[in-house]
Amino acid sequence: MTTPPAIEVKNLTVGYEDLNAVRGVSFTLPAGGRMGLVGESGSGKSMTALALMGLLPAGWEAHGEVLHDGVNLVTETDKALSSRRGRTISMVFQDPMSSLNPVRRVGDQIADVIHRHNKVSRRDAMRQAVDLMVQMNLPRPDQLARSYPHQISGGQKQRIMIAMALACYPQLIIADEPTTALDVTVQKQVLRLLNAATRERNSALLMITHDLPVIAAMCDTVAVMYAGRIVEYGPVQDVFRNPRHHYTRGLLDSQPTMDNIALDGSSRLVSIPGMVPPLQRLPSGCAFNPRCPAATEKCRTEMPELGPNGAACWHPVGAVQVVEA
Amino acid sequence: MSERRPLLAMQQVTQAYSLPRTALFSPPGSFTVLENIDFDVCAGEAVGLVGESGAGKTTLTRILTGMERPQSGHVLFDGTDIWSADQTQRANFRRSVQMVLQNPRSSLDPRMRVGTALLEPMRSLRIEGDHVKRLHEVLDQVGLDRSALERFPHEFSGGQLQRIAIARALMPNPRVLVADEPVSALDVSIQAQVLNLLKDLVRDLNLGLVFIAHDLSVVAYTTSRVSVIASGRIVEVGQPVELFTRPSAPQTKNLVDAVLTVESGLSGTAL
Repeated sequence: MTTPPAIEVKNLTVGYEDLNAVRGVSFTLPAGGRMGLVGESGSGKSMTALALMGLLPAGWEAHGEVLHDGVNLVTETDKALSSRRGRTISMVFQDPMSSLNPVRRVGDQIADVIHRHNKVSRRDAMRQAVDLMVQMNLPRPDQLARSYPHQISGGQKQRIMIAMALACYPQLIIADEPTTALDVTVQKQVLRLLNAATRERNSALLMITHDLPVIAAMCDTVAVMYAGRIVEYGPVQDVFRNPRHHYTRGLLDSQPTMDNIALDGSSRLVSIPGMVPPLQRLPSGCAFNPRCPAATEKCRTEMPELGPNGAACWHPVGAVQVVEA
Repeated sequence: MSERRPLLAMQQVTQAYSLPRTALFSPPGSFTVLENIDFDVCAGEAVGLVGESGAGKTTLTRILTGMERPQSGHVLFDGTDIWSADQTQRANFRRSVQMVLQNPRSSLDPRMRVGTALLEPMRSLRIEGDHVKRLHEVLDQVGLDRSALERFPHEFSGGQLQRIAIARALMPNPRVLVADEPVSALDVSIQAQVLNLLKDLVRDLNLGLVFIAHDLSVVAYTTSRVSVIASGRIVEVGQPVELFTRPSAPQTKNLVDAVLTVESGLSGTAL
């Protein structure tokens, strides 16, 4: 491929003092590609996203390389990053209630992004904003543009957020749990919209979520994060149909599906015992070893690297069919 | 169906809230939140309630637990209408119906040790006696270590906190547990642990469980009978498998269609 990737992350580490929430993460997202980053809370997935956006909280530092549009975002100045956000790289946050400005009309908020990065008049920016709202299937866009965030529904707010993120045709959109705060029936509509809109603009999509079905529906590749590292990485079809890492397999097994329902109520979900370790007390060796059914002495002492099979595991799951095709 | 003796039941419950007056001399309008709802749960049975937000799930829960008095209709506990019951019967009802809320981080007091939090229902329900034995019993039931009693909520993960919240609900030895979205704030790997726990409690303690959620697959896994609520009415009741494979009401169909699974995602049919 001749076009450079939308983003290339090499050995990214994100930490606060001597605690590292992200410990050496590498991945490449090709232009127009779509990748999922899965993990539970505390896995470092959101910190990875914030590091890519240059939005780390005070005191947090990122090291490593994040190559995007010919520059290393980790070493860019705040000013350069700020001119980039919304233009070449943008983000859709989890909670639209708290990420929109409550005292500005939603149309103005979309127009702000357009006005800031393009040489257009306020009026043209507003016109483009309304056009975007039409594309987002929002009802009565002219009227809605004059509403304040509290006057519209959650799904509508998230569509406004997506419109803001897409406004300047960015090369990369990072969506951090974009549908978690929404009603189930609205979730699908918003995902469908995000899917179509990013494809239309050929924007790459980095989807960050703990929701495996969302990744399966939206992404081509997936990286599974655990305790700050990528433990499995590969095409979604391979990883979800044939997980190599015991953690990925555990996650897939603990999904309630419509098929494993037993009428007598005796069915039990497979659950991963224990919990995600806190950063202060990471186990030595493979961080998953205390919860892993296949852990041996080697797992407790040596940290596995991502192997050619796509999993960072000393004893990968054999060719076990977990999800029936 | 064989003879059913519901432990907690709602009969023809209607609830409406009045809207603000729009004109000085016209009567204020009203908004009907629940309309002629019949809903019940037996001992040792897990029933589900699903619906979109705004359908009336929360109001139904509030009425079912006696936090709100319905405009018309009856709430029966063990055959007695709770709103015309005498004091002993009301006290009995209060002890016997307990709730588990969605987010344990906000439903547990951050400044209260877990042990104190667990004793709180005994204090507020004025249950006399030595509760130490009961504390240990309940901790065993939910699978927590005794050392938890001395610790504060921030020292626990979400899944453990939800266990603590369940333990607190179990303290007064209730007969019905009402769980409102008990796993939606939890991580996937933990979600399964809590669902399994709830299932075990229903079986081992012969509890009635009312499980409210928006995620059909979670409800289907936990319960044996599901009611679908939409705009204040129960539109369909049935066994989960029946409902989800052959939904008859359009609202149920909507909910079923909204479910995303890994399989449908991988085969490209999800969106």
